[in-house]
Amino acid sequence: MKDNPFSLWVYLSQSPLLWLTVTLLVYATTDAVSLATRRHPMANPVLHAMWIIGAFLLLTGTSYTTYFAGAQFVHFLLGPATVALAVPLYENRKRVVSSIVPMLVALVAGSVTAVVSVVLLAELAGLPRDVVLSLAPKSVTAGVAMGIAESLHADPSLAAVAVILTGIMGAIIVTPLMNRTGITDYRARGFAAGLAAHGIGTARAFQVDEIAGVFSGIAMSLNALVTSFLVPLAVTLLVR
Amino acid sequence: MVMLASLGLILLCQLIGEAVVRGLGLPLPGPVLGLLLLLVLLLARDRFAVLAQGPLRNDGVETASKGLLAHLSLLFVPAGVGVVQELDLLASHGIAIILVLALSVVLTLLATVLTFRLVSRLLKQQDAR
Repeated sequence: MKDNPFSLWVYLSQSPLLWLTVTLLVYATTDAVSLATRRHPMANPVLHAMWIIGAFLLLTGTSYTTYFAGAQFVHFLLGPATVALAVPLYENRKRVVSSIVPMLVALVAGSVTAVVSVVLLAELAGLPRDVVLSLAPKSVTAGVAMGIAESLHADPSLAAVAVILTGIMGAIIVTPLMNRTGITDYRARGFAAGLAAHGIGTARAFQVDEIAGVFSGIAMSLNALVTSFLVPLAVTLLVR
Repeated sequence: MVMLASLGLILLCQLIGEAVVRGLGLPLPGPVLGLLLLLVLLLARDRFAVLAQGPLRNDGVETASKGLLAHLSLLFVPAGVGVVQELDLLASHGIAIILVLALSVVLTLLATVLTFRLVSRLLKQQDAR
């Protein structure tokens, strides 16, 4: 240790242990702050964990690949968590079955709006073609969006970032926006949150109301299905 | 033990989901099929008492699932940190990208919630008649 005081850091900064610990501790802190502010939308724990860890990586000159070697253990759980959505769905099945028609119509309206609006707005803003293509699947969960971007020969890592940014913005906007519309039906509010902002919207919905969370989870799963079909179609029709 | 078996069951559903999706070339994510599979298992358990074993008994898989969902936000942090790889792009097009995404998310939220409310109100009127 005497010959090189940095050798411990060099060793730790390359090990998955450090980055897994950093991810959990930073999130535990941002989540505690979110709880202390009674889940204020702006205290979104994902948003703040993201920039704190990102800044830490930049300051220490750590590559994202090194970071991800540790953080992948958390990332992996996205799949099992999607399967786990079956449980709240099962427990609230009566309410879900009784709202099946409004759900399916809202699903079509929402998915089409999500894809068409982002493609048209991005073209209007004059963004390069490959950026437009990478933004198109932004309302579905990260794994699916990356797959769609790949099949369009767009940039999957940009697609993932667009997904996360969309999720965070949706989670921040949804409560004040819905309060302003005066809609108090938590089935409809949750469904919109999950459709527009996938898992991050769903996490937010569960914070607000259990029923909202259930409907958000359904919207997120269904939208993953619809968007996989819709994006290639919309891109052929709308992108020059 | 029940906790382990429950996590195992969740992973098994995902595994079967992934295998079927890959094998048949279905255009849906494996975990979504896994979700459907677990839902069918839970419903089948209520119908056939034989299935109420291990994780499908005494809220085993229910407790494990709720544990996973309690920290759903955390699971998005690793992918979110990936933004550090896109700083060049964000420096050149960041404001446009954020405005486009923000506007689109507001439109999507409104279109979805208003359609949902409109259709459920129309259905209620029909029932009343």
